[in-house]
Amino acid sequence: MKNEVTVRFKSGRISFQWVKKTMWTVLFLSVAALILFIASLSVGSSYISPVAVAAHLLGYGDGSHEFVLNTLRLPRAILAFMVGAALGTAGLILQGIIRNPLASPDIIGITSGASVGAIIFIAYVMGTVSIIWLPLWAIGGAAAAALLIYSLSWKKGVTPIRLVLMGIGIAALMKAFVTMTLVMSEAAVTTKAYIWLTGSLYGAAWTDVYAMLPWLLLFIPAALLYARLMNALELGDDVAKSLGIGIEVQRFGLLLISVVLAGSAVAFAGGIEFVGLIAPHIGRMLVGRSYAGLALVSALTGGILVMAADIVARTAFLPLDVPAGVFTAAIGAPFFIYLLYRNRNHV
Amino acid sequence: MSSLEAADLTLGYGSSTIIEELNVQIPKGKITVLVGSNGCGKSTLLRSLARLLKPVSGGILLEGDLIGSLSTKEVARRLAILPQGPVAPEGLTVQQLVKQGRYPHQSWLKQWSKEDEAIVEQALHATGLGDLAARTVDSLSGGQRQRAWLAMTLAQKTDIILLDEPTTYLDMAHQIDILDLLFDLNEQEGRTVVMVLHDLNLACRYAHHIVALCHKNVYAQGLPETVVNARMVKDVFDMNCDIAADPLFGTPLCIPHGKGRQLQEKNQQGVFV
Repeated sequence: MKNEVTVRFKSGRISFQWVKKTMWTVLFLSVAALILFIASLSVGSSYISPVAVAAHLLGYGDGSHEFVLNTLRLPRAILAFMVGAALGTAGLILQGIIRNPLASPDIIGITSGASVGAIIFIAYVMGTVSIIWLPLWAIGGAAAAALLIYSLSWKKGVTPIRLVLMGIGIAALMKAFVTMTLVMSEAAVTTKAYIWLTGSLYGAAWTDVYAMLPWLLLFIPAALLYARLMNALELGDDVAKSLGIGIEVQRFGLLLISVVLAGSAVAFAGGIEFVGLIAPHIGRMLVGRSYAGLALVSALTGGILVMAADIVARTAFLPLDVPAGVFTAAIGAPFFIYLLYRNRNHV
Repeated sequence: MSSLEAADLTLGYGSSTIIEELNVQIPKGKITVLVGSNGCGKSTLLRSLARLLKPVSGGILLEGDLIGSLSTKEVARRLAILPQGPVAPEGLTVQQLVKQGRYPHQSWLKQWSKEDEAIVEQALHATGLGDLAARTVDSLSGGQRQRAWLAMTLAQKTDIILLDEPTTYLDMAHQIDILDLLFDLNEQEGRTVVMVLHDLNLACRYAHHIVALCHKNVYAQGLPETVVNARMVKDVFDMNCDIAADPLFGTPLCIPHGKGRQLQEKNQQGVFV
């Protein structure tokens, strides 16, 4: 019974080991994501058969779906997947460094920080500068919130429970700030901001995809590079130090990755909640605790979740386009309660 | 010859000092046990020896090098510490835990060498966990769990191993089990073992070198049979006792005074057969 594949070469200077089950899971999830992607392109107010979609993607289409696919559905489906992948990875990292399965960017207030940054941008800055700068504002807001929460819960170190409680408090404060900004700005801005806040991919365009892509391309591989370290960090501060890890520096780096990923997701899809919480849990159920595989699986799972939620959101109540965040919350909130129930003896 | 040394070491948290200007040398290739009353700073000293706690002043020398001047990864290849009561994340298997011990010897490109595999295998075997490798750590009994953590520490393959109360929460049989394992490790591989133990009698039995801490400093140190006597126990633990010879090993055996049930007919020899 060999459950792992080991690769070694260059006279022992390079060696890797992968778990077979994880590799199969990644493959399976990739195929599932692809199928969902095609489904996402074919359904909507006008139905396009999956065969026609595939033909179009491969360049053999007759051009009749050019506008619907290229301008409306493709950027939206791609953005949905990217947002989910970012949230899934951000959540996984956060759960690892806080050593608490209940953590996720939206629960401990990082997402609401990003919302504040983004809402200020939408209400006051947008129009004068390009949308390309929106993620920077959201990431800035997320970083400010993370820093505030981290320093306020610092008392000779940070315990998970203090961090979560402080995060909930900060989140409430941030939400109040967002509401205040909305009330004080013009009606047109308010409507636009409201839709965005609930977590909607409505109106996603290629410019959004291009603006988000660099963040993902930089920081998801960074998360994968950290996988080995995350495995050791999860054993607790003393053990990790004993294994030769400078925990303060590394934890800061990981928090940064998580903040950037969560912030950029919020910039383009608003408050899509609970994906950062659920995706890592599904990942652990599928492949166990080893981070290298788990990071990939969490990213794929997050992408699939948001893509699926968005398909439901824009087709279930035609012609209404309901924000996808409503559906992730509908699945996520009961799941969070279930986790709280299961962890009631540990907290 | 000393492998690990504390020089003019002062330790504390915030404004309270726990250890003041302490000097101690840990003999190489021997078992050293730190004893002392609750809160006397034995764990604090041990953590500081393993660079988990920064000294207020003074320093720790690892084979002559100031520990703060070495990279933390370099230290991790020479010295391992098993902290008190570590907790494994839910769902982690024994195998995965033990593998983490190889961390300081690995790099991103060299994640799982033949040597890593052999050493993890050996650590699992030495701790008798070969059959439990695929089980999750949280499903194990207390004794097995402690052995799993010990296996991880062994897989780090360091010359010096520090352990903070490795026998706490274990029943008597499992305490002996763990201590025997450490004894063999020292005997067969010559590794230096430093640990904090609460049980003075077991400390006397396994230690080559005992360090008794009291009043923020070393009260006495040396061979247990020269260090441990009624006076020392009175001073260090504030307890009256008689010292007898352990009937099996001949090492000092501390019998506390205090209250207790007395049999009507006392055995004249004081030993029940």
